[in-house]
Amino acid sequence: MKNEERYEIRFSGSGGQGIITAAVVMADGAGGFDNKHVCQTQSYGPEARGGKSKAEVVISNSPIDYPKALSVDLLLAMNQAACDAYFFDLKPDGLLIVDGGLVQQLPTSRSVSIPFTKIAKEVIGRELVANMVALGAVGFLSGQVALGSLEQALLSRVPKGTENMNSDALHAGIEEAKKIDLDALPRSVLAEWDDEL
Amino acid sequence: MENPEKQKKVLLQGNEAIVAGALAAGCRFFAGYPITPASEISELLSVRLPELGGTFIQMEDEIASMGAVVGASLAGTKSMTATSGPGFSLIQENLGYACITETPCVIVDVMRGGPSTGLATNPSQGDVQMARWGTHGDHPIIVLAVSSVADCFSITVKAFNLSEKYRTPVILLSDEVVAHTRESVVLPEDEQIRVFDRVRPDVPPEWYKPYADNNRGVPDMASFGDGYRHHVTGLVHDEKGYPTQDPQEIDQFLRRIHSKISKGFNEIQVVKTFLMEDAEIFVIAYGSVARSALRAVRDARKAGIKAGLLQLVTLFPFPRKSVDTYLRQCRVAVVPEMNLGQMGREVSRVNQSDCRIVKHNKIDGQLITPDEILKHLTTV
Repeated sequence: MKNEERYEIRFSGSGGQGIITAAVVMADGAGGFDNKHVCQTQSYGPEARGGKSKAEVVISNSPIDYPKALSVDLLLAMNQAACDAYFFDLKPDGLLIVDGGLVQQLPTSRSVSIPFTKIAKEVIGRELVANMVALGAVGFLSGQVALGSLEQALLSRVPKGTENMNSDALHAGIEEAKKIDLDALPRSVLAEWDDEL
Repeated sequence: MENPEKQKKVLLQGNEAIVAGALAAGCRFFAGYPITPASEISELLSVRLPELGGTFIQMEDEIASMGAVVGASLAGTKSMTATSGPGFSLIQENLGYACITETPCVIVDVMRGGPSTGLATNPSQGDVQMARWGTHGDHPIIVLAVSSVADCFSITVKAFNLSEKYRTPVILLSDEVVAHTRESVVLPEDEQIRVFDRVRPDVPPEWYKPYADNNRGVPDMASFGDGYRHHVTGLVHDEKGYPTQDPQEIDQFLRRIHSKISKGFNEIQVVKTFLMEDAEIFVIAYGSVARSALRAVRDARKAGIKAGLLQLVTLFPFPRKSVDTYLRQCRVAVVPEMNLGQMGREVSRVNQSDCRIVKHNKIDGQLITPDEILKHLTTV
């Protein structure tokens, strides 16, 4: 069943990569600042670091019933394990975005590969903010949030003293995403022969 | 949505909205012990309460927390604790004390997988019957369930109001999904919120009978320290508060604390209905599962099935009247729960019509999905 009124984003990676923080900032940008309806959920294990980490944001112009993702419009995978585990319910016309340095095996050619962690390390100087580089790309490529709102949300939620670093990371991600031509990608995440079946 | 300027949305977690609701309702005392997935409530109140002149205490365990909550309320302050299953087990003893001493208070139980330490980070609805019957003896209790961040605010206010009005502990059941979901919500302004405070005695202190019956069945409540002599005991007591062995007094007292709740059924038993007017098949759900159910009902309608949702906000006293009405209207009731049928059993108990009851029970630590419910709606 299609849920046209919902836009669903799944952020995934491993514990400690800032997956949930990125999702919270996205939700705050779209919900708190852009005034849309949002639901942000996550699943995590009892451990503080390691293990799979998944966070979802549902964005809609009307009130949201089921709070979790039903079929994902945009999947961010920050490592290979997450890409393998969470690709299965991406919509055929959904978009896969991966950390190009950490995900080598892509399940579809309808994907965008940007080395978020490498950019965080080399451009910003801290691997820690890879999540915010990725958020910049997700924010831009999803088209679901005003970029100004995203930045305001980020500034209101990161620890004092780290605002510049985080906001530089966000902008680095946005700039990288601007180089991507989504129209040049295949229309579906399914292999071409899938259409003929 | 008419006036977007005034309706500024904020992104809040369910647990954060419970804090906002409690403070709006006038809660100024919290005692608790941290536990996933309820810890955010303590964490936030430890900051907010001192700012408002209230008191936050982290106690040595949940037994002591509940004792402190009862004590603070007897001293006149609206009080609350918040915990999850393992801690909810520990509060039961002093919860009974709150019931027999008719002490208003709110206990939040954010349900996670059980029994015992169970599944700390996964949702469950396994504490429903415990909320009703966890403490011993025939006791009155009110149990409410929240399903969204907006609910977490408004139902928490309601929980405090009912506890004050009926002098009873109120259990607020949340679950891991509701607790940790963040949603953009518009919180009502203070002047839009109706707050009920316990009725205090206006007779001269020497005339005061702390447990005397009246037309509401709810005695006026003096606070410790404001001049009214007031004996408080966990023993069954007479209208002055002293222990009694007189069968007539015992019977009168115990029947009064039950009937004060049944006198308020109309106000206490809250349900929400969605698309029930012409429904032929309906879902009875509560907590986060009600949201999956709403989605399933909408999807079923798109497929031409006349489905509806009866969402239980009040779980106990069981809203028999509403449930019965729709059991008579519909041919099938689907009861999805993240337990092995704790409310489904209640539905079966009150069913006196030909309505078929289909239970859907999931105990793998995952939220029930809309598809699982839809499958029942399309096949029965």
